Amino acid sequence: MTDFKKVVPRPPLQPVPLVQVPTRPTGFQLPSPVATYKGAFGVRQAERLLWRAGFGPSPGQAAAFAGMGLHRAVAALTRPTGGPTFTGAAPTDGEGPLAPNDVWGHEMLWWLDRMMRTNQPLVERMTLVWHDWFATSLDGVSQANLMLAQNDLFRRYAFGSFDGLIRDVTKDGAMILWLNLSENRSGRPNENYARELMELFTLGADRGAYTEDDVRDLARALTGFRYTWSSTLGAHDFRFDPTRHDTNAKTIFGFTGNFGWEQAVAMCVRHRLHASFFVDKLWGNFIPTPPSAADRAALERAYVQGGFQVRPVLEAILLHPQLHTGARMVKPPVVFLAGMLRALRRSVDTIDWVWLSEHAGQRLFMPPDVSGWDDEHWLDTGTVGGRWRLVQYGVWGRQIPASAFASYSATETPGEALAAARAFWNDPDLTPETVSTLAAFASRSVPANAPFYEVRRLRAMRQNALRHLIYSSPDLQVS
Amino acid sequence: MPTCSCNDWSRSRLLRSAAAQAGQGLPAIEAGMPIPAGTGLTRRSFVSRTAGLALAVYGAAGLGPKALEEGIAAAQAAEPSQRVLVSIYLSGGADSLSILAPTEDTRYQQLRPNLRVQPGQGTPFSEDPSLRWHPSAGGLASLHNQGKLTVMPAVGYSDANQSHFTSRHFWEVGDTNPGGRWGWLGRFLDRTGNATNPLQGLTIGWDLNPTLAAQNVPVATVSRPDDYEFVSPDVWNTVSEPMMDTFGELGNLATSDPGLAYARGAVAATGRLRDQLAPFQNGFTLPGDYPAGDFGRRLGALAAMLSAGLPLRIVAVEADGSYDTHSNQAADLAERLGNASAALLAFQSDLERRGLSDRVLVHVWSEFGRRPAENGSGTDHGAAGIGFVMGEHATGQMVGEFPGLASSQLDEDENLRANVDFRAVYSSLLEQWLAVGADGIIPRASTVGRVPLVA
Repeated sequence: MTDFKKVVPRPPLQPVPLVQVPTRPTGFQLPSPVATYKGAFGVRQAERLLWRAGFGPSPGQAAAFAGMGLHRAVAALTRPTGGPTFTGAAPTDGEGPLAPNDVWGHEMLWWLDRMMRTNQPLVERMTLVWHDWFATSLDGVSQANLMLAQNDLFRRYAFGSFDGLIRDVTKDGAMILWLNLSENRSGRPNENYARELMELFTLGADRGAYTEDDVRDLARALTGFRYTWSSTLGAHDFRFDPTRHDTNAKTIFGFTGNFGWEQAVAMCVRHRLHASFFVDKLWGNFIPTPPSAADRAALERAYVQGGFQVRPVLEAILLHPQLHTGARMVKPPVVFLAGMLRALRRSVDTIDWVWLSEHAGQRLFMPPDVSGWDDEHWLDTGTVGGRWRLVQYGVWGRQIPASAFASYSATETPGEALAAARAFWNDPDLTPETVSTLAAFASRSVPANAPFYEVRRLRAMRQNALRHLIYSSPDLQVS
Repeated sequence: MPTCSCNDWSRSRLLRSAAAQAGQGLPAIEAGMPIPAGTGLTRRSFVSRTAGLALAVYGAAGLGPKALEEGIAAAQAAEPSQRVLVSIYLSGGADSLSILAPTEDTRYQQLRPNLRVQPGQGTPFSEDPSLRWHPSAGGLASLHNQGKLTVMPAVGYSDANQSHFTSRHFWEVGDTNPGGRWGWLGRFLDRTGNATNPLQGLTIGWDLNPTLAAQNVPVATVSRPDDYEFVSPDVWNTVSEPMMDTFGELGNLATSDPGLAYARGAVAATGRLRDQLAPFQNGFTLPGDYPAGDFGRRLGALAAMLSAGLPLRIVAVEADGSYDTHSNQAADLAERLGNASAALLAFQSDLERRGLSDRVLVHVWSEFGRRPAENGSGTDHGAAGIGFVMGEHATGQMVGEFPGLASSQLDEDENLRANVDFRAVYSSLLEQWLAVGADGIIPRASTVGRVPLVA
């Protein structure tokens, strides 16, 4: 735990990471099979888009996006060119550079750093979507190198083909260990992966999409994966071994044949109930209320006709009126954390973020189980306390220190104090009722009759308190 | 955390470093270094409204917050006055020859030219006038004189392993087995414990004490019972109070947006819970006789938790500071021993004032003692060490005897020989205090002997 009494140098302000914006004509329009938002696209709309499709705006970014208009702004996120660049200081654990393959917690810091410094935020956000979708935990895999290889796989498929993604996930080392695919052999099938492939990854439970017989025969079609273990490399050389594969006929979804694993996976994606599952699940990552039946059907058609490409569906979701005018949505804890660090222009500089983020409800690379995080229940009395502490540690070194209280303004009015605290966070969206409540606090926390020797100190503490309250407020937990 | 002052590395850092060297993260640890019991158990944060505590719960991954909450409430209702065993660890290997010193022994004077306790210093040990308590151990001397402290001057095991990590691990798992995965008290809970009450095995500290690592039942850690606090850097008193009120008010604002209503509801609930937990927060004051530091604060909190009727059974706490006194022993040991013995005395008095002393027994241990021959300003790792049992029901009678410092009495490494086996202590605590047979909890329990610890 950081010792606040220790004199530690103030974390330096990092340069602002920008989003790469290729030149596009003013009237540029993205295609969409469903309605697109036609209302004003100002700073507040851009701010919401950057939170939903990334990790919040860095200073000045919401205004820049508002200037682009909706379609160019979405395209800047969904159509990056080339590899990402990372602005600002390299991450550390507080003592030295990261060793993500080897040291506990470093794998999380490594990814958190990418989230906040990249100029392609939606690539990292989609990597997080896939991490939650194909939820694999370091707790079961035990090798960070395999988790990071899987993370790269998710990143490569950020906007690509779901058909290709699910094929590569099936032969991914971390997944093979996590869902016991290497124990699924001809003659002694292990159904774990086959069941989750349908239930959680492609089709969904209790929709009449598959039977227990389908689970058994799909498992037989998926037999044959194995790996080599050594004391120096751990589990490695994951591969398909035909001698372990069940070559007898299988019946899956009513089709009978000697199906191999690639056919089995492809059959799941081509199942009549896959597209609706996919559209609902992807949509739910960006918009809290479900799509209308007509919109879902239109998105399903676009998805299937487009050869299971993710990008067209994603772009339609990000352009949809329901995202821009509908209900607010809770930011996942790591999104909140990465966004806070972006706003603070602070680099990843302490291992504390690992346990702090866990307390807030999300430890990267350790989802609670294969169904991923419970995205509808991020907030409770434990995790709200966790988010308070994220802000507490975040503003550390950025607050007015006690040593500077004596030189703080003796005349700052409550209104000026609140304006300064909002500016500290680059003026995030606050509801009028929250502003009124904060203004009332600003008035009563420095009494009019405060003795002269207290007026500076109280005003400095009021400023610190307002900053902490703004970022911990319910308004900032949602976008 | 034991720190090895030879290189200033903590145990966690050693493990991290070892993991990094192994190249693939886990599980390979440096050759010969056992993996701590309980490594790999799931860990979840959980705030118990019943207990008023912010807990980290280990194990029982299938239990949701509701089951845990109900488990705590049910255990609290069902077993209000169970006997409690508190395991206290002095990390690093405490120097028994300083804590209870044979000041008149010429051999001691030769082996400890600089570090010996001088004749006339400290308090005489009433059971053996050739021994004297360290001047800083007044709390222990006082407890002993009241008949509430059983002293084991040479506890350990034969062929003592002199690695901190290995010997500590043996003590934690209750067996000289580097591959042991579960703590000896964790096995006790696996045998007799409750499937849903994590407070039955409570570590008061940051991390699970491996002694409590259980395979089948949940256990918990709490760093401090006043953990459900909301701190803000550089904001205090007259501003922090309205600040926290404002936080609650922000949660109570009305809105028609369902997402925002959900977030506000959670913040409002947080504000209410914070109020409910106030008895454990700033309103929670320690009696004045506890010394400063985490250890005294944690023991004081333990007394308050027991007083509040929380369903605790086994509790593990680590004393402050390291006893690994390779150098600067005179000052370091005096400081740490003074703190620990004052805290133990204050805890016992606190329990008595609260009417709880009848059901609490404390066991104090360290992974080994230190080398009789000093190395200059300190001492190196030894073999047999000192242990204590404290409480109203402790026999107060010395178990074993001072083992002697003549060459013929020391082992082949010139360390003290144990005359009480730590597994005999564990088996006796299980049978005499916790009323459960040691068979199946302590390996080969029938062969390790028993010692009288409970009156």
